[in-house]
Amino acid sequence: MSRVLVPCHVKSTVALQVGDVRTSQGRPGVLVIDVTFPGLPPFELQEITFKNYYTAFLSIRVRQQTAGHTLAKWVTCLRDYSLMPDPHSEEGAQEYVSLFKHQMLCDMARVLELRLILRQPSPLWLSFTVEELQIYQQEPNSPSVTFPKWLSHPVSNEQPAPSVEGLPDPSRVSSEVQQMWALTEMIRASHTSTRIGRFDVDGCYDLNLLSYT
Amino acid sequence: MLQEESDLSLTIAQIVQKLKGSNLYAQLERQAWACLQRPEIRLESLKEDIKEFFKISGWEKKLQNAVYSELNVYPLPNHPAVPPEHLKEPLVYMRKAQGSWEKRILKSLNSMCTELSIPLARKRPVGEQKELLNKWNEMGTDEPDLSLFRPVYAPKDFLEVLINLRNPNYENGDSLSFRTHLGLIQVPLKVKDIPELKECFVELGLNTGQLGIDDSTQVPPELFENEHVRIGQKVLAQQDSAAAQQYIRQGSPTALRAELWALILNISSQPEDILYYEQLKTNVIQHDLLVDSLIYKDVKLTASNDDYYFVFEDYLYQVLLCFSRDTSVLGHFAYNSASPPKSYIRGKLGLEEYAVFYPPNGVIPFHGFSMYVAPLCFLYHEPYKLYQIFREMYVRFFFRLHSISSHPSGIVSLCLLFESLLQTYLPQLFYHLREIGAQPLRISFKWMVRAFSGYLATDQLLLLWDRILGYNSLEILAVLAAAVFAFRAVNLMEVTSLAAAEAVLADLSTLKVMPLLQIFLFATVT
Repeated sequence: MSRVLVPCHVKSTVALQVGDVRTSQGRPGVLVIDVTFPGLPPFELQEITFKNYYTAFLSIRVRQQTAGHTLAKWVTCLRDYSLMPDPHSEEGAQEYVSLFKHQMLCDMARVLELRLILRQPSPLWLSFTVEELQIYQQEPNSPSVTFPKWLSHPVSNEQPAPSVEGLPDPSRVSSEVQQMWALTEMIRASHTSTRIGRFDVDGCYDLNLLSYT
Repeated sequence: MLQEESDLSLTIAQIVQKLKGSNLYAQLERQAWACLQRPEIRLESLKEDIKEFFKISGWEKKLQNAVYSELNVYPLPNHPAVPPEHLKEPLVYMRKAQGSWEKRILKSLNSMCTELSIPLARKRPVGEQKELLNKWNEMGTDEPDLSLFRPVYAPKDFLEVLINLRNPNYENGDSLSFRTHLGLIQVPLKVKDIPELKECFVELGLNTGQLGIDDSTQVPPELFENEHVRIGQKVLAQQDSAAAQQYIRQGSPTALRAELWALILNISSQPEDILYYEQLKTNVIQHDLLVDSLIYKDVKLTASNDDYYFVFEDYLYQVLLCFSRDTSVLGHFAYNSASPPKSYIRGKLGLEEYAVFYPPNGVIPFHGFSMYVAPLCFLYHEPYKLYQIFREMYVRFFFRLHSISSHPSGIVSLCLLFESLLQTYLPQLFYHLREIGAQPLRISFKWMVRAFSGYLATDQLLLLWDRILGYNSLEILAVLAAAVFAFRAVNLMEVTSLAAAEAVLADLSTLKVMPLLQIFLFATVT
């Protein structure tokens, strides 16, 4: 499924917390990231990819363009998707994740705006977020070329040529030749990735000291 | 559905790409060409007929074993955007820690090189080459002056690095709180607890027969042992890797062990393999590396002093010296958090065409490294076979015991697993040892880093390594370490210093591994 990157503007994260952020002791456990698509028409979302950084659960809300002139509403398309099976331990903490259209709760046509709600209930981590967020839409189909009718529907009412005695059936020969050609093409196309196994350069292995970079 | 299909296609494409460069691919191609002569192969149904032929002649089984082997060893990226360093190690701070540890090792090796004025590598003069070739089978009789050499690092240096490992995003407060780990390891990796281990190691349960328990002299062999041997012979006849891996979880009969391990590791000694080993031997004879002296020193200090292994001294040199020259080992750095040290040909510093890896296999041996090879000498007597088995064991398991990574079989996870098991199921013992300044990990670390080689009796060690192969995981080492502490708990509660605790646990050679594991996992009242 080919996809096309959609340029988006990712706003900085906003922490949801009761009380004053500066004075309260605890760290926020919920963050919100807004993603807008300035200047783009509403599109169908195909895929969201990102790199996790210690986020435990992800919810996504989407604002879609509605038919008619009613105000676009926010709809939850992903609810509490678990990125870390155990929020207190490192499993899944820095993994790359892809979310697809078919995993969402609603259809993702005519997307105007996205809102990612990140949750990390464990107090062990100092911060959490998602990085390298990328949104993809499906590639628009290339216009199909129309063939002339006589190419796509060959006329089959010709009389077959009388077969000459002693010669093999021409259709059988042509299919065999086609298969052999296909095999040779495959062999030519494949290439191996073996290493040769030499560790020296032209027989010389006289070294400097080990380098640190 | 779409996601699983595309994952599967990605997996298949990657395995095909990997297998294309292997011997098996060339053999299958040769077989396919050869079988074209056969009458049952027709051109219209060429593909199906050849596939049928492979199935009947056993080649499909070999391909199946190769694919199973790839799936076991090579972790496939679950996401197309994953960069290669993420495959080596997903957590950034662990990659950094491994990088700085490697830098320390390189500095140490470089300083040894400059202090002793010995080059990292030199070409041997022809006379020396002839001499080495003559005494290839008895290199142990050589007594070079190794007093100036010292091992690059020992397990206890590595332990200090692991103790200081910290996640910068983790709440590492100085004051003791519920977040502080009471053991030495302070990173919050996910480790299993006993209920999860019971599920994972279900074949070690009380109701399943085990070699190491149910083959003792008091138990009549008709109850378990005879049937188990019979099944083992059947598995070997079928030549199925996956079946062998399942079978060996209950232990391997001594007579079948060498073949079973070779089947599980997918090692078949073809003429090409023997030639490859001979080529490595030629490389050893032509070039002399500084690393060779480190290997000599290590063998002399460890294996030669061991009652069980000193007879194999010559084999150890033959395997380890060739291992250092083997560039095919570089392939495992794709999934190892470590990276091979780099250097340049003299006079060509900075020019990429003259960049090489040192040693050629990228692995710098540490104190005790030769103990990974020593137990294998009991099973394999031809040097090339012994070499192949050791190399495969190293790139599948042993490399994880001396590199910093978050993998569940990595040494950091094993240490944390050991400490969590001890803390959860023997809290009094853990607290007591901590109070007297004898953190349990300080004693058990050296056992785990060497996979218990040199600490257990050889037959017990081989039973343990059977399970490592069977479960494709090193977690059993941590469980055994905790089980040993549980076994000697009464004596340990009476000691009052680290030295006394070490003395209680100094001699493990009388321990029976399987009963300890079984009792700790399945018979301890929690």
